[in-house]
Amino acid sequence: LSERSNLAGVQHILLVLSGKGGVGKSTISTQLALALRHSGKKVGILDVDLCGPSIPRMFQVQDSDVHQCNSGWVPVFVGQDKNISLMSIAFLLEKPDDAVVWRGPKKNALIKQFVADVAWGDLDFLIVDTPPGTSDEHISTVEALRPYKPLGAILVTTPQAVSVGDVRRELTFCKKTGLKVLGIVENMSGFVCPHCSECTNIFSKGGGEELAKHAGVPFLGCVPLDPQLSQSLEEGKDFIQEFPKSAAFPALAHIAQQVLDETWQQSS
Amino acid sequence: ILAHGLAADEAKQVALLDIDICGPSIPKMMGLEGEQVHQSGSGWSPVYVEENLGVMSVGFLLSSPDDAVIWRGPKKNGLIKQFLRDVDWGEIDYLIVDTPPGTSDEHLSIVQYLSAAHIDGAVIITTPQEISLQDVRKEINFCHKVKLPIIGVVENMSGFICPKCKNESQIFPPTTGGAEKMCQNLNVSLLGKVPLDPQIGKNCDKGQSFLSEAPESPATSSYRNIIQRIQEYCDQRHFQEDNTI
Repeated sequence: LSERSNLAGVQHILLVLSGKGGVGKSTISTQLALALRHSGKKVGILDVDLCGPSIPRMFQVQDSDVHQCNSGWVPVFVGQDKNISLMSIAFLLEKPDDAVVWRGPKKNALIKQFVADVAWGDLDFLIVDTPPGTSDEHISTVEALRPYKPLGAILVTTPQAVSVGDVRRELTFCKKTGLKVLGIVENMSGFVCPHCSECTNIFSKGGGEELAKHAGVPFLGCVPLDPQLSQSLEEGKDFIQEFPKSAAFPALAHIAQQVLDETWQQSS
Repeated sequence: ILAHGLAADEAKQVALLDIDICGPSIPKMMGLEGEQVHQSGSGWSPVYVEENLGVMSVGFLLSSPDDAVIWRGPKKNGLIKQFLRDVDWGEIDYLIVDTPPGTSDEHLSIVQYLSAAHIDGAVIITTPQEISLQDVRKEINFCHKVKLPIIGVVENMSGFICPKCKNESQIFPPTTGGAEKMCQNLNVSLLGKVPLDPQIGKNCDKGQSFLSEAPESPATSSYRNIIQRIQEYCDQRHFQEDNTI
């Protein structure tokens, strides 16, 4: 009898990558999950950032424990309708401030387990949130996911040249590992003052769009800085549901729509 | 910015070592993009920004801005060892090591390899929100674990003043008390808070020194205060060491 793989019920797998830290990968991962959920999809998020796991806190479930069942780990379900499920090393830590001081081989072993041993059940989308870089976590995750043919990767950058410079390398990583680039998101792109509506490009503007053009990959849009988004993430609120008129909403909804369009394109 | 600030004293020799192997940002930020490393009898030469400010980064070893360094831990550790052993820094007053985010190979290796050299301490950077502080607490625990002294914490991107109406916005809100509360709770120094200033990013992208280009910015005074506190900490430590038998 062949065992049914834990990823057999997952329709589409996509990775969120960046060469640079602090650009908003986890933010984009969570908002994309929420937006897809609002389109009626069942979504899982696999957090393979072992040193800085942010996903559970963004849903206010950082104190949850995970349990084992016959097929492996049971993910943590969030939201009223339980249509988002999460797995992260944060759930395995005894104390939230415990540092995971592991070298590559130990990280690789856990990532293999995370990919194979989480009982996701049936999902429309599995979003894999990654740490910045092109190292152990990324190599191991892509290798482990290869048999399941991921839909592709979304790359996140801020507009600045210093960020774009690292994301160029991430594009090379995708090329070398055969991972399709679904597109680039230019995050933290402009700030509209809530008091006077003046727009300031705190982290410059346009770098992500230029990179997409230069590299010949789709540009998924600019997401502006939005204090309501930051606040929602801090409080574990569903930004997509509660702040549809906020500055970042249109761009985030558009990214989700492009992901949905891609799945229809790929299936036809 | 710390490197520029310390090197402003021409009598001091400053070295900046970039051990972010996958995402080497330092060459661009110092206006040294495209420079290559030269080998001599005494080892690799750092690339000099000023006479008293030398830089080393994997960025100088790559031939194209698209080149990715797709290495697992052991290979990264090997390069870090080479950077410490084979670069001909000369006599230096300050060695600043820029690290990638995390608590993994690079961090373990640099602490291990420099253990005989007595690291003065670590400066830890955060933004004000809990989602950042959460990871910084882990970094502080890492320092305790490997017995790395902590010079202090810097709260970056701490508020933004609109250039038009001068109102302040907390783009990254300190919902759990920011770095200030965390430092109080963990008994660590708060070195200072740096506000957002669009000029910082612009200067970094162009490889210019923000401190020189924007001397009037509130961010500049924050940076200068922080640099001074770091200098004072290092001076004090050396005084203590010199006076201990």
